[in-house]
Amino acid sequence: MALLEINDLSVRFQTNDGEVRAVNDVNLTVDPGETLGVVGESGSGKSQLSFALMGLLARNGRASGSVRFDGQEILNAPPKLMNRIRAEKIAMIFQDPMTSLNPYMRVADQMAEVLTLHKGMTKREAVAEAVRMLDAVKIPDAQGRVRLYPHEFSGGMRQRVMIAMALLCKPRLLIADEPTTALDVTVQAQIMQLLADLQREFGMAMILITHDMGVVAGSCERVVVMYGGRIRERAPVGPLFSAPAHPYTQGLLAAIPRVDHQGDELAAIPGSPPNMTRPPAGCAFEPRCPYRRAECATREPALDGFDEGRARACFAPLQDVLAHRETVHLAEDEAAIASPDEQDEAIPAAAIAGAGVAGTPSTVDKP
Amino acid sequence: MFAFVMRRLAVAIPTLLLLIIFSFILMHLAPGGPFSQERELPAQVLANLNEKYGLNDPLWKQIWNYLTGIVLHFDFGPSFVYPDRTVNELIASGFPVTLTYGTLSFIVAILAGVSLGVIAAIWHNSWLDYLAVGISIGAQVLPNFVMAPILVLVFTLWYRLLPGGGWSFTDPTFWIMPVIALATSYMASIARITRSSMLEVLGSNHIRTARAKGMPEHRVIIRHALKPAMLPVISYLGPVFVSMITGSVVIDIYFSTGGIGKAFVDSALNRDYAVMMGVTILVGALTILFNLIVDILYAWIDPKIRY
Amino acid sequence: MVIQQDKMQSLAARMAEDEVKGRSPWADARKRFLRNRAAMAGLVILILVALFALFGNRFAAWSNEDLDFNVMGQVATMGMPSVENGHYFGTDDLGRDLFARTVQGTQISLMVGIVGAAIAVIAGTLYGATAGYVGGRTDQLMMRAVDILMAIPYMFVLILLLVMFGRSIAMLFLGIGLISWLDMSRIVRGQTLSLKNREFIEAARATGVPAWRIILRHIVPNLLGVVAVYATLLVPLMILTESFISFLGLGVQEPLTSWGALISEGARTMSYGTLWQLAFPLFFFCITLFGFFFVGDGLRDALDPKDR
Repeated sequence: MALLEINDLSVRFQTNDGEVRAVNDVNLTVDPGETLGVVGESGSGKSQLSFALMGLLARNGRASGSVRFDGQEILNAPPKLMNRIRAEKIAMIFQDPMTSLNPYMRVADQMAEVLTLHKGMTKREAVAEAVRMLDAVKIPDAQGRVRLYPHEFSGGMRQRVMIAMALLCKPRLLIADEPTTALDVTVQAQIMQLLADLQREFGMAMILITHDMGVVAGSCERVVVMYGGRIRERAPVGPLFSAPAHPYTQGLLAAIPRVDHQGDELAAIPGSPPNMTRPPAGCAFEPRCPYRRAECATREPALDGFDEGRARACFAPLQDVLAHRETVHLAEDEAAIASPDEQDEAIPAAAIAGAGVAGTPSTVDKP
Repeated sequence: MFAFVMRRLAVAIPTLLLLIIFSFILMHLAPGGPFSQERELPAQVLANLNEKYGLNDPLWKQIWNYLTGIVLHFDFGPSFVYPDRTVNELIASGFPVTLTYGTLSFIVAILAGVSLGVIAAIWHNSWLDYLAVGISIGAQVLPNFVMAPILVLVFTLWYRLLPGGGWSFTDPTFWIMPVIALATSYMASIARITRSSMLEVLGSNHIRTARAKGMPEHRVIIRHALKPAMLPVISYLGPVFVSMITGSVVIDIYFSTGGIGKAFVDSALNRDYAVMMGVTILVGALTILFNLIVDILYAWIDPKIRY
Repeated sequence: MVIQQDKMQSLAARMAEDEVKGRSPWADARKRFLRNRAAMAGLVILILVALFALFGNRFAAWSNEDLDFNVMGQVATMGMPSVENGHYFGTDDLGRDLFARTVQGTQISLMVGIVGAAIAVIAGTLYGATAGYVGGRTDQLMMRAVDILMAIPYMFVLILLLVMFGRSIAMLFLGIGLISWLDMSRIVRGQTLSLKNREFIEAARATGVPAWRIILRHIVPNLLGVVAVYATLLVPLMILTESFISFLGLGVQEPLTSWGALISEGARTMSYGTLWQLAFPLFFFCITLFGFFFVGDGLRDALDPKDR
């Protein structure tokens, strides 16, 4: 049975400029122990999806649909129930470690309060446990540093504190919302490695939210690609990289800097993400899509399965997309496609040049 | 921490000395002032002054005498009007009264203002918020000199519930109107500041983290939100304190409470410059002291401030 | 009432940022301001009060100095507001027409408020811009001076000055204006520091434009947003200060009057049952303060939109 089951989850925000449809009819499952990547550019709704799961939406946000954790409905659950699930069953780490820790409290107090709250420990026991956990995330001199304030740590160390704090109750699911975005590249790799190690050690499932395809390649087993608040493609990580079945996924992969294509310019996806206050009638990616056809502008494609564990939401025939037979030529110098000659590789090594090398350091060192 | 306090004192003390010198020179310059001989002073007063400062001495020596009198003996010199009284006596009789209702209003303004602001922020955009905002906007245009007559009108003239003036240290019914009159507009300001800073804090990332830890909302607010939300309020306390003392002038006139405000106004009407200066310097010293306390409080709450 | 310094800082930062991006914050701001109902209501109130101050005398049946001998001595019964005898707002205890007095008080209070705020804003802007632009030791010295001045109990010093040098409107303007420039100078200094190293200033410096010209022509215009908001919020504070002084009887003197003086008079006589003497000046005083607060807040929110 799936650990987490999301059905038809939608998130709406009421703003002065009208209703923003951040997440639309998302269906997802996460199995115990697995790592699911959620990929998309800024504004694709991936972070709001995770906030909705945790009941952490901003005040003007409403979530609808169903989220079942271990068979129990948790979407819009009463605060009492949610507070037993947060930290104990599902923990979360956030994008910006600089501001996500309370700057006015010592690290010891911030960590200990989780344990005194959920495990009924005394303050002394809780601090001792916090120190053990800081050791586990490889913070040197944890005993001494636990007394410090967050601003006395570096960015990477703060994210380690965040991770240690999230893992205190040994949750069964960890949601990591862009855990490395705000960090230096070298630190990013260390943090991803640490997360992978800890996940194995504690046997927990993880939802990794990121816009970094490199991070996805290095750490995830399955991936969903989001755009305009909807899932566009769902696939195991290997096939997603070797044979992307959705034009947007292709665009994302083509936009990764590649060491083996020295002469080429970086391929960007032309245009910009849709304004979700007034979402287009059809597919949100249509204006930027090189495979677009007439029906794309009027109807929303459904997410249909086509292979083992794979699904995509697109009207363009699968063969055309896989073979890069574009229907429209967008801006001249912005070829939004990857060269076809690399499709046979399971995960093209070059695709993970850049940030997310952590999980798979051995695959990068190709000259 | 000790070094921090010392550094602040290093600024505070020269400030105070400058204030004293400035006041003295001002007094010297005043047309019809006691040091020019245009005005007839009572013989006894002249004798007192002469003995104290030596009015025929050069100016710097007079200043020096005044300064050392204050610093070494806390002695503000003789009155310019009443032959047999010193400034100290005139101030001392009113100071406890001002201190009593001033402190009370200070506490009332903070407690009421902070609660109102926190309530408004927690129930943002609900009727409670609108009510709290309405109260604070309304109270903002009701400074002490407007509140005082309105209170007297309602509670003394119409309902005859409270005494319209006078002071008693033992009977709290005398305290109520001065305290409300003095506290109202500051309560409003504090409520507004608290509300906006609380809203900002509640929307910040570390509060989201606290919620993600599964803490009940009231604990999130008390443990994580209240402290940072109080920082702007604390930095506003200095000005509030000064304005409370300033407001005592109105309170003393209107309610005949007999605090230092009365001493100040009486001396202003009598042109008793010595008393006016004494009050000004005393208030200046209290302001400096209070700002020091506020700074220390701020540094104590915000760990990012290094002493 | 208080001008929230942290919000002003945020506004100043935003204006500097817009300047760098080369976009005008004013176009969007106008739209937002026009949509803000409280601010528009405030603006309407202020226009009405201004019209009252400017043209109110045309409608007055009595001048502000004439004594109505029919009313004198029995103000509580005869001096009530009435349209028949021409005292729309009633009379004061001397039998003077309160309508004309209120018009006069409104003129004076508005004038003191606006001139006082103007003095404060000009002094603060020039001082802060100079300190920030010159920088170095001069800046240190100038700002330390501001720190010291901040510790002075102004209201007391102002009263001291008024008593020593005699009461006059000029003294009042000056005293009130000089109270409030300190905060302004701090904010302006901060913004000047952040503008100073921008390319357009460097370009001006490189072409040999003298420092005072750079300050006046390049730095000060970029402070306009902060200055506008500050000035709008400062006027009611100035009015409050003037009223406070006048309430104590140390402000404007007869035959002139102001809201503070009228409120003081009304408060003194209310036990005789002549409540209108308190009510009318108080009404104008309150709605004007509301008007300025709403317009000032609305202006700031329009220039620095943030949900707080």
